[in-house]
Amino acid sequence: MPAIEMSNPAALPADWRDIFALTKPRVMRLVVFSGLCGLLAAPELPPLVLSFTAILCIALAAGACGALNQWYEVELDAKMLRTARRPLPAGRMDRAAALHFGVGLGAFSVLLMGLATNWLAAGLLAASILFYVLIYTVWLKPRTPQNIVIGGAAGAFPPLIGWVAATGHFAALPLLLFGIIFLWTPPHFWALSMFVRSDYAAAGIPMLPVVAGPQHTRRQIFGYSLALAVAAVAPWPLGLTGPIYGIAAVGLNIGFVVFAARVLANRASEPAQMGPEKKLFGYSVLYLFVLFGALVADRWLPW
Amino acid sequence: MKLEEEIVRRQRDRARITAWLLGGFVVLLFFITIAKTGINW
Repeated sequence: MPAIEMSNPAALPADWRDIFALTKPRVMRLVVFSGLCGLLAAPELPPLVLSFTAILCIALAAGACGALNQWYEVELDAKMLRTARRPLPAGRMDRAAALHFGVGLGAFSVLLMGLATNWLAAGLLAASILFYVLIYTVWLKPRTPQNIVIGGAAGAFPPLIGWVAATGHFAALPLLLFGIIFLWTPPHFWALSMFVRSDYAAAGIPMLPVVAGPQHTRRQIFGYSLALAVAAVAPWPLGLTGPIYGIAAVGLNIGFVVFAARVLANRASEPAQMGPEKKLFGYSVLYLFVLFGALVADRWLPW
Repeated sequence: MKLEEEIVRRQRDRARITAWLLGGFVVLLFFITIAKTGINW
């Protein structure tokens, strides 16, 4: 566990670009997109300004998670090439400032969500922040190779929150959307962690490829891809979506399973030879954007 | 001297951004209030 040093009096006031970088803007894009799709897929839409505020709150909460994650993991980040240049491990920002920023942003996002939409959505937003920071970052990530599996629930909240912000209640479709992102997360992150395995090993994070080896991870990736395909196509035969989503889901999941099968067939153990893993990682990002885009198109386009 | 200039530059940048964000928040709160009270323009 990293030692917590609460202040660095020698530090300059942080540059605003570093404060912005704390929010992990690249991760935020996918979170905002999935939250927006959950909101737009709902049967009723709140006024535009309230819809905008709901998405803004999801983005702010994601930023808070990023900041608190970086505050807690500063020593781990310093050990990994991929993360060593972040503001905290690079020494460009005071650690206490990151903590205050993260807590303040998270509390503000929950309060604003409750005031603008409803308190069920605000409660879900608070739960997602606490789940990501306490359950995933602090508890699971440094302890178990199943960290991504359970922790994936944190990233699965946004479409559910978007839907609840619009309607004020749960329904079968947003719960399935939660399940889709939950099942999508392990193959997505394990594909990444296959070719940055040495980074995770250096930081002592028990990612599955580090603990169980590449072949076991490849079998798990393939298994989760099959489960994802079932969950992603399910809304169509269940009558929760129409054919635009259904056809897109079938096509996208055939692609996902084919990419996962290529990963399964790969026997390489060196990152340079992990072309199939890199392709699956890239495809998985595109997959989620197109699948959720099709969900919204299905809701709004006449067929 | 150079360090002091850098500190002042960063503080000014942050003050400017904070002012814009606060202004935006006030405007947002105004429109949220309008939407929540159901006033149609």
